[in-house]
Amino acid sequence: MVPYAGWDMPVEYSGITAEHMAVRTRAGLFDVSHMGQIEVAGKNAVAAVDRVVCSDASLLKVGQAKYTGLLTPGGTFVDDVLVYRMAPSHFMLVANASNVKKDYAWIAEQIKVVGDAAAVDSSSRYALLALQGPASREVLQPLTGVELGDLRPYWFANGEVANARATISRTGYSGEDGFEIFVPPNMAERVWQAILESGRAADVIPCGLGARDTLRLEAAMRLYGNDIDESTTVLESGLEWTVSWDKQDFIGRDSLVEERERGLTRTLVGLEMTDRGIARHGYPVVSDQRQIGVVTSGTQTPYLKKAIALAYVPAALAAPGSEVEVDIRGRASRARVVPLPFYKRSR
Amino acid sequence: MAYPTDLQYTKDHEWIRVTGDTADIGITDYAQRQLGDVVFVELPEVGRTITAGESFGSIESVKAVSELFAPMAGEVVAVNPQLKDHPESVNSAPHDTWMVKIRLNDSAARESLMDAAAYETLVKE
Repeated sequence: MVPYAGWDMPVEYSGITAEHMAVRTRAGLFDVSHMGQIEVAGKNAVAAVDRVVCSDASLLKVGQAKYTGLLTPGGTFVDDVLVYRMAPSHFMLVANASNVKKDYAWIAEQIKVVGDAAAVDSSSRYALLALQGPASREVLQPLTGVELGDLRPYWFANGEVANARATISRTGYSGEDGFEIFVPPNMAERVWQAILESGRAADVIPCGLGARDTLRLEAAMRLYGNDIDESTTVLESGLEWTVSWDKQDFIGRDSLVEERERGLTRTLVGLEMTDRGIARHGYPVVSDQRQIGVVTSGTQTPYLKKAIALAYVPAALAAPGSEVEVDIRGRASRARVVPLPFYKRSR
Repeated sequence: MAYPTDLQYTKDHEWIRVTGDTADIGITDYAQRQLGDVVFVELPEVGRTITAGESFGSIESVKAVSELFAPMAGEVVAVNPQLKDHPESVNSAPHDTWMVKIRLNDSAARESLMDAAAYETLVKE
């Protein structure tokens, strides 16, 4: 157990490798109740949310969710969040545990100018469990009346799980099919046990922070604090696809337009080590013994069994096939830029 | 897992098995449990001389890197070839998986070594 953003959480239950492989081949269950929830509601909720995120919230249907950036005026990340449209004028943003207070304060302040919309930090109202892996649907279906086959990726539905009131969303942080299940905190343990019981035949196992990180890295999903933060822009971090350029205006838009016109100086890429060695967070990317970039996330991952990493490199070296070196504790080891994601599930 | 009595142990959780003028070095069960699944072991070149307490390589798991410190001084005469393709044997059989074999030199300097009972007490705390 380790402290994580104010919570006491398990790194692993039975081993990072076993848990990672369980999610890739069967299913694993994560307790991610540390994530925060900020709700925005009111007559002008759409305009309020649209002001603070870079995606177009007005295009979301009720029941639909989207991954997006909560941006600073400089186009960098206050946080990366999932926005859920709960009702026409009611949104929920699911935020990183370490950023919840910051996000809430930022949103509450920034939407004042919109008026007729209010933000609430409702994190204490929700526990969140994530069931991830190809067997997720067959494990969860017996526990709920929600027809999971009708739930498309990034859509959610209200219902119940193991007789506990629940919101089920077809989302996750693993690169596999799966469901994130919001329940009242006092129901969490019961729902957890029910899912593990239902998953017994499929050998579903509990999974911790270690596997959560190796899984998301193979899928090239960004980790706030590692790959993105208040010093990295949406464009440099390779997340331009979240930006709705057509949207009227949003915090950060002007900076991003300017950056797009100027061109990027650096960009986040995927690296695969070609020499032996594992690139890790903070290791310099070098060329001719000069530091030209930095590794933001990296490890040897259980499924791919390769040393992979995300790193910022100069834009000129961003093309897949480019050769760079990573300084691994004093020794320059060769790596190659590869396309992202490292792993994509077969559908 | 009981700690074999034919090994000596360091506070950095390495073990050493001395046989005449050579010795095998590895890491303990406690160390492998702390590390988690080992994915990579970096070992010195054969012929290199290492001094007691010196870092002679590193061992990496999915989540962390740890340095390996020499319990005694000597010349590296062999490194375990199995570790390149099967680093996980460190997890499954820590006290049977040697990493380097050294020829002990005359130097009296050595890291303070513990016997199995003393080491067991150390890791129980």
